[in-house]
Amino acid sequence: MPQLEFGNPLILSQVFWLLVIFGALYVIVSKIALPPVASVLEERAAKIAAELDRARALKEEADAAMAEAEKAQAKARAEAQAAIRAAIERAKAEAAKAEAEQAARLARQIAEAEARIAEARAKAEAAIGEVAVEAAQAATARLIGVTPDLARVQAAISEVGRG
Amino acid sequence: MAAEGKTIDALSQFALSPIVAGFTNSNLYMLIAAGAISALMILGMKPRAMVPGRLQSLAEVAYEFVAGMVKEQVGKEGMKYFPFVFTLFMFILFGNMLGMLPYAFTFTSHIAVTVTLALIVFILVTAVAIAIHGAKFFGYFFPEGAPVALAPIIIPVEIISYLSRVVSLSVRLFANMVAGHVMLKVFATFVVLLGGLGSLGLVGAAAPLALNVALVGFEFLVAFLQAYVFAILTCIYLHDAVHLH
Repeated sequence: MPQLEFGNPLILSQVFWLLVIFGALYVIVSKIALPPVASVLEERAAKIAAELDRARALKEEADAAMAEAEKAQAKARAEAQAAIRAAIERAKAEAAKAEAEQAARLARQIAEAEARIAEARAKAEAAIGEVAVEAAQAATARLIGVTPDLARVQAAISEVGRG
Repeated sequence: MAAEGKTIDALSQFALSPIVAGFTNSNLYMLIAAGAISALMILGMKPRAMVPGRLQSLAEVAYEFVAGMVKEQVGKEGMKYFPFVFTLFMFILFGNMLGMLPYAFTFTSHIAVTVTLALIVFILVTAVAIAIHGAKFFGYFFPEGAPVALAPIIIPVEIISYLSRVVSLSVRLFANMVAGHVMLKVFATFVVLLGGLGSLGLVGAAAPLALNVALVGFEFLVAFLQAYVFAILTCIYLHDAVHLH
């Protein structure tokens, strides 16, 4: 196995060059290659964190606006409902008032009509007495040819009316 | 290199050959790996885009994968060692992956290389532990509350287990890479040898060919997994060094 031929001077020189190359690679990697990677990764992480923060802030803002809008909507709804309720009550009150007025007017008209009827009846009753007296006078004149005295006829008629 | 005559030659793929003086073919692939890692990280991150493109995504995924591993295993204070773990992980990963290319040399299949990497980890971890905890570090070898009578047993066992980290780290990576590449080479040689036996042999060659296709997929998994294991064990050792149990 060539790896175990330790008499071969190339094995030692291989190790020498290994140390040189590995050492050089370590210097290149640690001084030149790795710092930019670290800074790029850091920048990216910072950027992502910042963007996330911004997104979170925007979301909070949107949430607040949403809550405000909902509150305003609820308020508007409550106001509208109150207005509707007031309008209904007002309409009801007006209707009741109108009804009462109507009833009062009708009652007044009924009363007036009744009064008129009573008056007419009284007038008619009075007229009937007169007519009866005249009729009795005329009838008596025809029957017996004597025109009775007005006062006697009136007394007789009222006696009959009472009888 | 595949099959000289009728023999199976699975080991010559590991042979070192000098390119310039002491600079071997193995070192060439280390250089390619280091160049590819630097290119990926530096060119990939050049756009510095907020929404990364393909190459930048790859660079970022590699960064975050290793950074997550270090953070999870060692903790926040372990991020000091992140560049080291990143270099180690990427170097081994690219070494393993480059080895999957045909005709490429797999430098992680050399015990000398894996031992060197393991020793770097071992020395770093020990230095970190001593730097942070001073003399208290040696208490690591004798857990608090253990009966003093057992010290002659516990202390040597703890020291051996501490030292064996180098062995387990290096041999695991080395053995996995060697075994995988030997198997690939052996079955590939079967395909060539059976294919040379005429029409019946061509039918027979289908089996090792199919097996090799599966093995290549498996080896890609192993290539990643071994780099991951090496890096995560390094993190665990660093955790021990920083927190001392």
